[in-house]
Amino acid sequence: MARSGPPIRLLQNWPAKLAATPMILTALVVFIGCSLWTVVHSFTNSRLLPRLDFVGLAQYERLWSTPRWQVSIENLAIYGILALVLTLAIGFLLAVLLDQKIRFEDGFRTIILFPYALSFIVTGVVWQWILNPDFGLQHIVRSMGFSGFTFDPLNDSGLVILALLAAGIWQGAGLTTVIMLAGLRGIDEDVWKASRVDGIPALKTYLFIILPMMKPVFATCVVLISAGIIKLYDLVVALTRGGPGIASEVPAKYVYDYMFGNQNLGQGFAASTMMLAAVLAIIIPFALFRMGRKRHV
Amino acid sequence: MSDAAYPAAAAAPPRSAAPRGRLLDGPAGLAPTRRLSGKRIMIYGGLLIFSAYYLLPLWVMVMTSLKGMPEIRMGNIFAPPVEITFEPWVKAWSSACTGLNCDGLSRGFWNSVAIVIPATILSIAVAAVNGYALVNWRFKGSEVFFTILIFGAFIPYQVMIYPIVIILREIGLMGSVWGLVLVHVVFGMPIITLLFRNYFSSLPPELFKAARVDGAGFWGIFLRVLVPMSLPIFTVAVILQVTGIWNDFLFGVIYTRPESYPMTVQLNNIVNSVQGVREYNVNMAATLLTGLVPLTIYFLSGKLFVRGIAAGAVKG
Amino acid sequence: MQKISMRRLLAGAAVTILPAGAMAADLEVTHWWTSGGEAAAVQELARIFEEQTEHGWVDGAIAGSGSTARPIMVSRIIGGDPMGATQFNHGLQAQELVEAGLMQDLTEVAEANGWRDTINPVSLLDACTFEGRVYCAPLNIHSPQWMWTSLSAFEKAGVEPATNWEELKAAAPALREAGILPLAQGMQGWQTALLLYAMISGIGGADFYNQVFAERNEDALNSDTLKNIFAEYAIARDLASGGNLSDWNMATNRIIEGTAAAQVMGDWAQGEFALAGKSAGTDYGCHIGLGGEPVIATGGDAIYFPVNDDEAVTEAQRALAQVILSEEAQVAFNAAKGSLPVRGDIDLAEVNECTKAGLETLKAGNTIPTIDLVMSSDSRGQIEDLTAEFFGSDLSAEDAHARFVEIVQSAM
Repeated sequence: MARSGPPIRLLQNWPAKLAATPMILTALVVFIGCSLWTVVHSFTNSRLLPRLDFVGLAQYERLWSTPRWQVSIENLAIYGILALVLTLAIGFLLAVLLDQKIRFEDGFRTIILFPYALSFIVTGVVWQWILNPDFGLQHIVRSMGFSGFTFDPLNDSGLVILALLAAGIWQGAGLTTVIMLAGLRGIDEDVWKASRVDGIPALKTYLFIILPMMKPVFATCVVLISAGIIKLYDLVVALTRGGPGIASEVPAKYVYDYMFGNQNLGQGFAASTMMLAAVLAIIIPFALFRMGRKRHV
Repeated sequence: MSDAAYPAAAAAPPRSAAPRGRLLDGPAGLAPTRRLSGKRIMIYGGLLIFSAYYLLPLWVMVMTSLKGMPEIRMGNIFAPPVEITFEPWVKAWSSACTGLNCDGLSRGFWNSVAIVIPATILSIAVAAVNGYALVNWRFKGSEVFFTILIFGAFIPYQVMIYPIVIILREIGLMGSVWGLVLVHVVFGMPIITLLFRNYFSSLPPELFKAARVDGAGFWGIFLRVLVPMSLPIFTVAVILQVTGIWNDFLFGVIYTRPESYPMTVQLNNIVNSVQGVREYNVNMAATLLTGLVPLTIYFLSGKLFVRGIAAGAVKG
Repeated sequence: MQKISMRRLLAGAAVTILPAGAMAADLEVTHWWTSGGEAAAVQELARIFEEQTEHGWVDGAIAGSGSTARPIMVSRIIGGDPMGATQFNHGLQAQELVEAGLMQDLTEVAEANGWRDTINPVSLLDACTFEGRVYCAPLNIHSPQWMWTSLSAFEKAGVEPATNWEELKAAAPALREAGILPLAQGMQGWQTALLLYAMISGIGGADFYNQVFAERNEDALNSDTLKNIFAEYAIARDLASGGNLSDWNMATNRIIEGTAAAQVMGDWAQGEFALAGKSAGTDYGCHIGLGGEPVIATGGDAIYFPVNDDEAVTEAQRALAQVILSEEAQVAFNAAKGSLPVRGDIDLAEVNECTKAGLETLKAGNTIPTIDLVMSSDSRGQIEDLTAEFFGSDLSAEDAHARFVEIVQSAM
């Protein structure tokens, strides 16, 4: 939409530029400015108040030698991989099930997606109740006669990630299902005609023909789910508060606790910079992949 | 997402090898027999199992919130109440305590309303104009800013929390509702701008050109031509923003003060401030109350909600 | 409602015309006193403040423990949206805020009311003093080094009530047999750390505690005494297993119910006992330093007053500082909360035997500095993470000791 250049180029198209000021400010000041500010201050020894007293990589050295950070990263990796795989699998499975021209499709879809409308705080409180050892699942199975039954993920360091997963997937898998369903509906009917002509069973068609065609949809889901996983915070606060011990700590909580609680801003900034790096490591390849694809089409 | 897009193969009823009559040993002629193949049973069975996983927590919440504490201690969380009581609801709404403040969740509810309304209106207004400028009035660098904006949606909030405290302090909005509104406008901008940009670019460009020829300017075209025909997308945006802002916890806890805490923060406070015994029934009622607004919107809006998130996600 | 709009009005007025003379203001006070006993104590303080002055009390309770609440307070103060007054623990928690000039100077109030003569121990006032100026008003003395025991729990198990750590260990098998949890321990970091501090002072003694935390003496850190304490700490983990507790008052509740035998917790637990109608000596026992070395830390809460540009609020802040150290407030607040008054010249008419034991220890001068006075929030946070991890895993006592030494040595 390039127009012929009048002498004062800045004034050209000025209402649009004026109207876009909030966007420009958000992009430059908040997204770029604030991020840079944090990255710069992660190299300082700021404690309660930010100050530009540079200490090189000291905060990062300490960060990576802190057991709690290591546990947080480990948890995020375990939770992340499991949540990603399970959400994709459940999302695809549910989308395929919903795609079978079933009755009450709207009803089922409404049920599967409703937790997505809830706050993570609500989700956390509910699952805390269901997993309560004295009243919830464990209690019920025991009262059915299996008195030795033990399932207490909220108080078991080894299982607490399961509690986060059960709640996280409950809340988030519906979104993946809906996106996948939209993807399935977008597939050309000719594909199905062809596979029927060749006598390929529906299951095989889904796995070997449709699934590869859904790559872009999967990529979108992977990015959305991963971004959510890295930000994981509210759910942990409401469901486990990082416990038992430090068994369910996550990086976002480390950042918050160090920035505000332990009055060591430098640590918090270093930790959040690591989170930023992790996000960029996911986003940039995806963006390049999308851009490359667009150019080819 | 029209029905025409259904894959044809999936639509064809699968044939079962079993003789039809044998599947119906029970009362005959009740259900359409062709639906009762093994595969159909598996499909519905699978969906029902998942539905149970999704619905049980809701069921448990409602049941627990209607029981008295003695019954909760005795019984089974899945069992319906023997004696229904609405007391937990009343208490959660009007008298549950955090410290000396025993006015329940009602305060948080009205705070949330006071945050959600301006934040939703402002963020949508800003984002709609952004989308419009991006599609119809491109200027040098507009796409660059837009790309940054979209990238920004993925930056963990933790990276920006602290500098925003400083910005809000400098402009004197720290701790006020308007500071929080501003934060929501900023962080809602990427997705809503994307939504409008995609919608406006799907409209026929002739509309815009015709209006230009008629001499309409930037605002004239937007207000008189585009806005009136964008009602559905505005509805989608409202749904997205109201639920998103209502459910926020992190920003609410950092950028407001206790007297203006949104409902989610107050819920977390009430659930975690235990005086004597934990009142699980009150907690569940409080949880349901907090979830009521987004759930109502969700159930009322149905397909528009789905459309909103699908549009935002797939085309991104 | 009336008060809020009034305050807005005043705040607006204060900017335009500088007020002359006294003006009533509403003071927002943030704190994390949200358990039953604590809320009752706040109620007392608010009542006295509103009765004795023309100002109003706006309660800003933040639920959860201090570690949840402090971030919110700090971010508001540095964010330029200060509350009228806020709770912090005595010590280093607010030091940087004071250094940055964000806290009100109370020296005049302190001098006019003779704080230096009445506050006992005077170290509490010293903790509020920075470069010769006073920046906070001490409110109460809390000592964390207490073991609370449920007499009925021991009775159920058919054993003599434990009066010290060794006896508790000995009684543990019988308690378990009777289905009673020997040690009720909340799994939050500050609580598991509290247990460790209490063991270090109770088993190691006052001098040893000082060597470890204040002097960070290498010999003490690597001594067998400390290694032994960590071994005992691992035993505590066994005694607490199966408790599944997180909030401290839920753990105290187990003592009240008699389903757990002992809890190591600060004297604020007494507020919960009082609220449940339990009395010291007949329902529950209390043992300073886990029944070992009877020393208490004189920490506690202090109220800080962030700098404010509203003259009316500033005046209300001074008034509250004065009220906090008044005899009436000291008696009423501390009786409800189960803590000790900060004034040495107050006779508490009727105190139970636990409070009496605390007061006597205090009078005898058997005190140690609270952890907030000797460790920064950062180092404390690291110790809390370590102890929480320890209780939530099977980390060995040796490894925990080694990591503890590392944290203390790298403390600034």
